[in-house]
Amino acid sequence: MRRLFPALALTLFCLCLQSLAARAFEIEDRIRLGAEGGAVLSILSTTDITAAEPLLRAFLEQRPDLAVDYIVASANSIHQAIAEERLAYDLVISSAMDLQIKLANDGFALSQPDAAEVAGLPHWAHWRDLVFGFALEPVVIVASASAFDPGHLPRTRRDLIDALREDPERFRGRIGTYDPAASGAGYLFATQDAGFGNAFWRLAEVMGRLDARLYCCSGDMIDDLATERLLVAYNVVGSYALVSSAKGSDLIIIPPEDFTLLLIRTALVPKTAARPDLGTAFLEFLLSPAGQASLKGTPGMTPVRDATADLPSSARTIRLDPGLLANLDRVRKSAFLVEWTAAMTQP
Amino acid sequence: MTDSPARNRPARLGSGRVALTGSLRRKLVLQFLAVAAVVAVALFFAVRVTADRAAEAAQDAVLGAATIALSEGLRAEEDGLDLDLPPTTFSMLSAMGEDRVFYRVTLGSDTVTGYGDLPLPATLPPGALPEFYDASYLDTPLRLAAVTRSMLVDGRQVTALAVLGQTRFGQRAIADSIARRAALLGVGFFLLAVPLSLWAARSILGPVGRVTEAVARRGPHDLRPVNQSVPRELGPLIGALNGFILRLRGALSRTETFIAEAAHHIRTPLSTVRTEAEIALRQTQEEPTRVRLRSVIRSVEESSRSAGQLLEHALVLYRTDRVDRSEFDLAAVVTALVEAFRPTAELRDIALALDLRAGEVPVIGDRLMIEAALRNLVDNAIKYSDADGTVDVGLTVADGSAQVTVSDRGRGLGGASLADLATRFRRGGNVTDVVGSGLGLTIVTEVAEASGGRFSLSPRDGGGTCAVFSLPLR
Repeated sequence: MRRLFPALALTLFCLCLQSLAARAFEIEDRIRLGAEGGAVLSILSTTDITAAEPLLRAFLEQRPDLAVDYIVASANSIHQAIAEERLAYDLVISSAMDLQIKLANDGFALSQPDAAEVAGLPHWAHWRDLVFGFALEPVVIVASASAFDPGHLPRTRRDLIDALREDPERFRGRIGTYDPAASGAGYLFATQDAGFGNAFWRLAEVMGRLDARLYCCSGDMIDDLATERLLVAYNVVGSYALVSSAKGSDLIIIPPEDFTLLLIRTALVPKTAARPDLGTAFLEFLLSPAGQASLKGTPGMTPVRDATADLPSSARTIRLDPGLLANLDRVRKSAFLVEWTAAMTQP
Repeated sequence: MTDSPARNRPARLGSGRVALTGSLRRKLVLQFLAVAAVVAVALFFAVRVTADRAAEAAQDAVLGAATIALSEGLRAEEDGLDLDLPPTTFSMLSAMGEDRVFYRVTLGSDTVTGYGDLPLPATLPPGALPEFYDASYLDTPLRLAAVTRSMLVDGRQVTALAVLGQTRFGQRAIADSIARRAALLGVGFFLLAVPLSLWAARSILGPVGRVTEAVARRGPHDLRPVNQSVPRELGPLIGALNGFILRLRGALSRTETFIAEAAHHIRTPLSTVRTEAEIALRQTQEEPTRVRLRSVIRSVEESSRSAGQLLEHALVLYRTDRVDRSEFDLAAVVTALVEAFRPTAELRDIALALDLRAGEVPVIGDRLMIEAALRNLVDNAIKYSDADGTVDVGLTVADGSAQVTVSDRGRGLGGASLADLATRFRRGGNVTDVVGSGLGLTIVTEVAEASGGRFSLSPRDGGGTCAVFSLPLR
């Protein structure tokens, strides 16, 4: 909102584009686990299969009578699938907190009157009895081992800006971040960053000047970091980076010390669910001690039950409440994206 | 309420059946409780309604402020409209009860952003002040606020309308919690009213109980007016009661006066008849006439005696009404009495023995009445003794009372009890050959009662009767 403001016409144009995109609910990945012929719990999620599979298997150990149909899609696709196409899924798991809140606020979530009580969640980890957070994840800067001199690692956004400005040729085309226009999580991180000060816009300008590459997902950024196509990735969901470095790739994970966003992974049972009881069962499993314990197996994920345990002191948890709706406002969103595009495409 | 005074006291008084129509105390308690219940319910609703209004006003204030913030975020730019929408605008609305939030911004007739089908207010609010209204959206009742703003967009003056709506889960939660407290308050008030109304009814009806107690405690001849101090409302009742007592006393007194006068009027001509008969007896020598004359004299004696006792009885009744108590020496009275009877006894060859163990025996009572009672006792003893018999009169002091014992070796009680013999005009079944009116023991019993003493009559060991008349010592 600093430089260019969108025209009403442009807003409407964007809306048309969005509704065209709505036709394309794309399944990115899919896995089916559990008993053949049993009742099927269908889960729509943004979490990729590698991260989710241990959790699913732990659940199926408790409920061997069930089968799970686990479908991975982007946050925007998931919102369209539920809110517009009214597809029948029993549980929606997403890292895009704003879209989850919007689903619940607009009446697409089934209320779970007992779940919050049963699980005894902290107040910040759920919104009403509709949206339940089960894990916290930091949003971090990830650098490949060769990106910076040892001992000169950037510790804040300002450090990163300075490092990029000092050696533009080294980083040109080798910086990556989310494309907020394509990724729901990316848009959420960008708007939250912007809400915490001007550092974000300055960083966006610098990244734009250095021809930053835009990604749909954290996983792709990690892959490109591993192959050294990227030197630095900004706003990467912590678990992906940590999983990858646990696998042996040589990545440096930097939680920015000025502030580190904490994302709450949330789940809700959609009103369109064919078997809402199964959705609720998995939700309860996620919040149960057993489910929370198996979440601990994923590096970078902190179960909400022992939150504040091993989080950096600069952590800022994104508030799970209708305040998130403000950034989803279409006028605001298109204004934000116009400004983002302007920052990215330097003359 | 089983100890209700209205129900039990009359039965204790022994005044026969009283037709009872419910209990005043129960009625009072029930009415107090009814009032308390009405007040409690009124309290509940008053608190509830006030709390609801306060909660709604508070929520409306927040909603109004947020709506104004939303409308002020609208900015006309050179190429269109921009909306500066800080997330706290919505966070704030959701803070109290995690309410759902909906909004809509229109410019002229176009919806610029937000929920395009959110209900608009019936009329456009005129000024900068928000207009509040209720509507249903997505099957959910919503509270909405709308604010208009006049803006210059693309060189044209247009009216922008900002509408913000929220569910009222938070308000309902607060209202429910206050309602629970209000209900507790009402129930508490009512529970407190139960012992209070019991206490109030008891204290209001207390004077009635006290008057009843005072009247019930009275002796059978106590016809003094009730002089208990009572509340104003009981005044007429006590007044009426006292009037009734006065009339009763008047009637009784007239009856006794009538009897006394009648006895007196009979006695005087009787003594004339007796004197005349005695003279006639002395003058005639014819045996049949003498027999008849003796029979006349005997009957006249009997009538005269009865008239005398009627007079004495009337005196006792009269004096028990206004007891004239004074202190006197009972020993002296007994001695004088025995001396007065000695000639009569000697005439029939009966010995009168007096046994005075104590010296002076001071008692308090009506001396005339007590003399009359003792006189009747000694007279009876002499009357029913055979010639050459002995009548023992004793005076002892024991256990704070003075006891006068009169015993004879006469024919005894013949199985009759004191209660029978003390009834007016009732005589024993074995005394038809002795002159008597049947009033003597009645007089003794009444005097004993009026003086606070006791009277008993029992068969004497070895034949005869023992009468014990006791008086409290001073």
